[in-house]
Amino acid sequence: MKAVLLLEDGTVFHGRGFGAEGFKCGEAVFNTSMTGYQEILTDPSYNEQIITMTYPLIGNYGINEGDIESRGIFASGFVVREYCDYPSNFQSQQTLGKYLKDNNIIGIDSIDTRALTRHIRDKGAMRAIIASGDEQLLSIDNLKNELAKYPGLEGRDIVKDISIKTAQPFGNHSQDKEFKVAAFDFGIKTNILRMLDAAGCNVTIFPADTNAQTILDGGFDGVFLSNGPGDPEPLTYAIVTIKELLGKIPVFGICLGHQLLSLAMGGSAYKLKFGHRGGNQPVQNLKTKKVEITSQNHGFCVNLEALDKNKVELTHVNLNDNTLEGIRCKNVPAFSVQYHPESSPGPHDSAYLFDEFTNMMNDFKKV
Amino acid sequence: MPRDNSIKKVLVIGSGPIVIGQACEFDYSGAQACKVLMEEGIKVVLINSNPATIMTDPDMADRTYIEPITPEMVEKVIIEERPDAVLPTLGGQTALNTALTLAENGVFEKYGVRMIGADRETIERAENREQFKAIVEKAGLGVAKSFIAHNMDDAVKARDEVGFPAIIRPSFTLGGSGGNIAYNNDEYERFVEWGLSLSPMSEVLIEESILGWKEYELEVMRDKADNVVIVCPIENLDPMGIHTGDSVTVAPAQTLTDKEYQVLRDASIDIMRLVGVETGGSNVQFAVCPKTGRVIVIEMNPRVSRSSALASKATGFPIAKIATKLAIGYTLDEIPNDITRKTYACFEPSIDYCVVKWPRFTFEKFPNTDPTLGIQMRSVGEAMSIGRTFKEAFNKAIRSLEIGRDSLSNQYIDANITDVDLMEKLRQHLWDRLWYVAEALRRGISVAKIYQLSAIDPWYLHNLREIVQMEAELIKNIDNIDVDLMRKAKQYGFADSYLAKLANMTESDFRAKRKSMGIIASFKRVDTCAGEFEAFTPYLYSSYDQECEAERTDRRKIMILGGGPNRIGQGIEFDYCCVHASFAMEEIDVESIMVNCNPETVSTDYDTSDKLYFEPLAFEDVMSIIDKEKPDGVIVQFGGQTPLKLAQALEEAGVTIIGTSPDSIDRAEDRERFRLLLNKLELQQPYSGTTMDFAGALSMAKKIGYPVLVRPSFVLGGRAMNVVYDDANLERCVAQAIEASPDHPVLIDKFLAGATELDVDAVCDGHEVVIGGVLEHIEEAGIHSGDSACSLPPVTLSDDILKEVKRQTKLLAMELKVLGLINIQYAVLDGEVYIIEVNPRASRTVPFVSKVIGVPLAKIAAKIMAGKTLKELNFTKEVIPKHIAVKEAVFPFIKFPGVDTTLGPEMLSTGEVMGLSTDFGIAFAKSQIAAGSKLPPEKGTVFISIKDLDKKSAMEVAMPLHKMGYKLVATGGTCDAIRGIGVPVDYVKKVADGRPNVVDKIINGDIDFVINTTVGAKAIKDSFSIRRSALDNGVPYVTTFEAAKAMVKAMQSLQTQGMSVKPLQLYNRSSK
Repeated sequence: MKAVLLLEDGTVFHGRGFGAEGFKCGEAVFNTSMTGYQEILTDPSYNEQIITMTYPLIGNYGINEGDIESRGIFASGFVVREYCDYPSNFQSQQTLGKYLKDNNIIGIDSIDTRALTRHIRDKGAMRAIIASGDEQLLSIDNLKNELAKYPGLEGRDIVKDISIKTAQPFGNHSQDKEFKVAAFDFGIKTNILRMLDAAGCNVTIFPADTNAQTILDGGFDGVFLSNGPGDPEPLTYAIVTIKELLGKIPVFGICLGHQLLSLAMGGSAYKLKFGHRGGNQPVQNLKTKKVEITSQNHGFCVNLEALDKNKVELTHVNLNDNTLEGIRCKNVPAFSVQYHPESSPGPHDSAYLFDEFTNMMNDFKKV
Repeated sequence: MPRDNSIKKVLVIGSGPIVIGQACEFDYSGAQACKVLMEEGIKVVLINSNPATIMTDPDMADRTYIEPITPEMVEKVIIEERPDAVLPTLGGQTALNTALTLAENGVFEKYGVRMIGADRETIERAENREQFKAIVEKAGLGVAKSFIAHNMDDAVKARDEVGFPAIIRPSFTLGGSGGNIAYNNDEYERFVEWGLSLSPMSEVLIEESILGWKEYELEVMRDKADNVVIVCPIENLDPMGIHTGDSVTVAPAQTLTDKEYQVLRDASIDIMRLVGVETGGSNVQFAVCPKTGRVIVIEMNPRVSRSSALASKATGFPIAKIATKLAIGYTLDEIPNDITRKTYACFEPSIDYCVVKWPRFTFEKFPNTDPTLGIQMRSVGEAMSIGRTFKEAFNKAIRSLEIGRDSLSNQYIDANITDVDLMEKLRQHLWDRLWYVAEALRRGISVAKIYQLSAIDPWYLHNLREIVQMEAELIKNIDNIDVDLMRKAKQYGFADSYLAKLANMTESDFRAKRKSMGIIASFKRVDTCAGEFEAFTPYLYSSYDQECEAERTDRRKIMILGGGPNRIGQGIEFDYCCVHASFAMEEIDVESIMVNCNPETVSTDYDTSDKLYFEPLAFEDVMSIIDKEKPDGVIVQFGGQTPLKLAQALEEAGVTIIGTSPDSIDRAEDRERFRLLLNKLELQQPYSGTTMDFAGALSMAKKIGYPVLVRPSFVLGGRAMNVVYDDANLERCVAQAIEASPDHPVLIDKFLAGATELDVDAVCDGHEVVIGGVLEHIEEAGIHSGDSACSLPPVTLSDDILKEVKRQTKLLAMELKVLGLINIQYAVLDGEVYIIEVNPRASRTVPFVSKVIGVPLAKIAAKIMAGKTLKELNFTKEVIPKHIAVKEAVFPFIKFPGVDTTLGPEMLSTGEVMGLSTDFGIAFAKSQIAAGSKLPPEKGTVFISIKDLDKKSAMEVAMPLHKMGYKLVATGGTCDAIRGIGVPVDYVKKVADGRPNVVDKIINGDIDFVINTTVGAKAIKDSFSIRRSALDNGVPYVTTFEAAKAMVKAMQSLQTQGMSVKPLQLYNRSSK
């Protein structure tokens, strides 16, 4: 099966299709993790993105139940150098190709992913269309027309569609757990829920547009703001809610949750040229001076300058490009990080943040 | 955290000679360490006995002590230099063990020397099996069930716990020396005894077997601020049970999910912290059960290692360099990443290609040893290749190895092997197992079945299956191959030479066809970051992907072809020369382009040359680079036989080879042209002739008389070279020579028994010749020059002979219009000078000579090739050193049970050492100690058994030994000969004469020194057990009479004067 990736600047990559057939638009991005393709694919933050893996050999260990990060795949497409149809791992239950097909996701292999990566690096993440199928479907003119209709991510709310519709508990709630946490689902990864659970939290997941009063009435000890896709600025409903919650209940945010907290604190966000996506990003904890190797996935970033330093303390910074990676509010119990302490995939260096959250809830309880 | 300014002078301990398990990776790491320290303005004191390394070049350190790496000698250096700190983590196990002993003896404390990188407790925690086990358990993981045994009783108890098969590993040895797998009681007891005798602490570890599990290594770095990063995970293609040094390995890990990988990562970090490696690089090895995912920690090395060199080359993250910076106080986040320039070393490299490392074996040199791979490492070198896919990297690795194979084709094995035999082959772990795997796949045997037999992970087997399927498609369609198939074949890494064979074309015709189809190599950069940041370092590999990242500059450029994987006969000496060529180009402002595929070396460090192409040294790969870079010239004379073999094809392809012309090289190599050359110059060689078969050889032998020297042409390291004394052996040896170099004539030379051999190195610019050095071999002619000890300057030759040798050298160099280096081997017998061979290229002795005379010959030669003259370079007069340097070879016999230790015309040594002194005896003694031989004790019993030829000179060793107070024992004829000269001696039985005999005495510890010289196949066989038992029981021994004389001189010198240390820089200064 032939397949094509067309970028908005007209660059075309021809390859071989695996997974589903058809076409789909999204933003072309790359991820530099050498392992974890399954977690990446099922991370809802990739909603409307066409993911290129820089590691060339993908599919090697197949797909297994335990590594799924959400209820499905939200990415628009998957691009690799060489897809492996013969996985070898004792946990593997099916091939990546079959998994993509079952989830109606288009995959392409046999393209020069390093050339694509360098292109994105130099020109920036851009709109793209991925297509797999017969000649007619792959006609570049057709694809150009389809791509022209696609609005891209900036200024759009692409969270609402993927957030759960009604509140629901995560896992088995028990009396043994010390805390009750309300988690906003902007596209939450399951491992965050697992780690909150393991830290002693009975977690309830709420839709992205849940209002503050509902949370405050629920008798929670803390609020978690999840990761999620796209631009934070259009999510005004969430920003309003967070503003109302701050000071009344401890708040912890990750990724999009961090951006929303920053916006609620009066900050602003901007789009990075090609984002941070991978498992090797060095982040320095400004308090301990120690460096954590972190898992990251974000295209937008909080503007350091716009934050009021009287209200917000910078806690973490990216050593590669000095971008903002974490904040802590000075007057209210709230903190957040841009990266993914829940890893999955990626290093476990930052798991301590979940303890910081429970400590914060503990302190707040005492007061 | 900035640098620790209290460190002003650092002692760096090197790793000594190249041996199996410890090769030029420690030259790479040591050279990086010295470079970093020098750049920081820290005084560097280096001790290393290996003269062939870049790190022992006089400008790599302030003080370079080429001395044996023993606690005694290191202490002497400390007393002399009083360094603030010692860096023991960059010189392999040798440096670590030496430092540990010095720490235990309180030497560091006494002289106020700090250990940086790793201290005594850290080393002990990592190396002591029981302490390490406790640490692993603390990190939440397990180790294989294991027990320490100090004697057979302990071992029997352990056996009951672990069952069979049981793994037996002696503690504190290199490269798993003495490690074995026992399947029954007999083997078990034998292996335990052997292991106990090998371990310096008489300690063995008995372990449960985890054969067949997947094997991984993680390279870890930690800084003072407790930042820890993983540089690279490496996965073994081969299962547990094959030493990782002997396994085909792949980076990054291929078959682990992220969650599985993170378990290994977390464990590595925890272990690093618990062992307490404060700063630097370490590696942690794991076994993972393929059925359950259970993880077991195998071991941890608190130092840089062979795999850290591999990981450095595989990722572009220079572990040794960074480890050194961390050792002097920097933290990872303060050290810039050279490649991206914008980011720092505190990150984990992400790679966007696949790396395959393949070990290189030399079992053909040890025909009496079992070639099955096991837990004791026996490979002598390795090649690494980089490709966009495993398949591409794998096929490139095959041709990088230079073993005469360019594919997985069944032409290299018995293609008619029965299925039953084939299955049996898959069960054995043979060095060429993957050709049998491919054949099995070709025959449709299932991946599941092959996995069951070979325990090679199905992921690799499926990749090989795809290669075999592509092979079938190519065989079918080669005559009308289209663009798509051609591209796919090249993307799979198939060699032009292989495809040309299929298509019945010459390689260059096929290459032209491929290029006409628009299928050309594109080059990608190794950048540590998978393209996320721009790379400023041109470290490149080829692929057949779309985009090419090589950028040609307008500078004048010279390409240097390296030597490929280390092997016996072609090792670090040639890498040394290539690196010097590169340095030379920098000094004369010419761009240097290095091509090599050996991950252990300095030449493949990304900052050695302006550009590094990590590629096989095959015609097609070299030509692809030449097409891209269009160099002004190519140097083929520095990398040993590997690039020389390409010279003709390159020249035919229109490439400019600089230096001595390939035609001149041919005049020296081709026997007939060589004879004409000597006739013209009126020089003589031992009577010689060539033949293509045994009949010719027989009539020639009749004509010139035995003994004769039989050898193939166009080989290096004396492959299949033999001294023959009778017709029966002539037949066998001629057959071997034909096999080693088919289609080329076999050379039959008169063997000059008892002659003194000389090696002469010289440089020539076409107008002038300057002698670099004349080396006198200590062993007589007939022993390969790479295996002989030798002395510079010569100690026994008259001035007239030396003058004549120099005259002939100059004559030959001028006649051959040498531009660069020339090496000539002479034999001197009864005042006559004979020419054995002429090599108009860099020789194995170039680094040794350069260091002894204090002149960088290779660098000078490279500049001459680029157009400079000796006059311009200010080297017009031979330097005669005022000191004496003895070079000694180092042998791998201990790794090959059952192999004889006699020397002959076939080279068997893996490395070399140098002993320096103003006294020959002391220089020789140092060379022996450095080579790992124990010297005879001051008092004791010497056993002598010498061949008839030596008996007339028996007095020369028997008398001085007697005078020094040694008791002598000897067998029959030797005993009579010694009695005949009036020296008291006791008679002892030969093995054939019954018991108790000399071997019993050796085993019982009644003999302290063995002198055993033999001749002829039968005598050699009869006395084999004497030499082997001496080796296995650690009794000093010599196998030539000349070495015996030298050893006696050494013993005399040691009785009258002690050993002192002096840096190379001071020796060199006094020679000028």
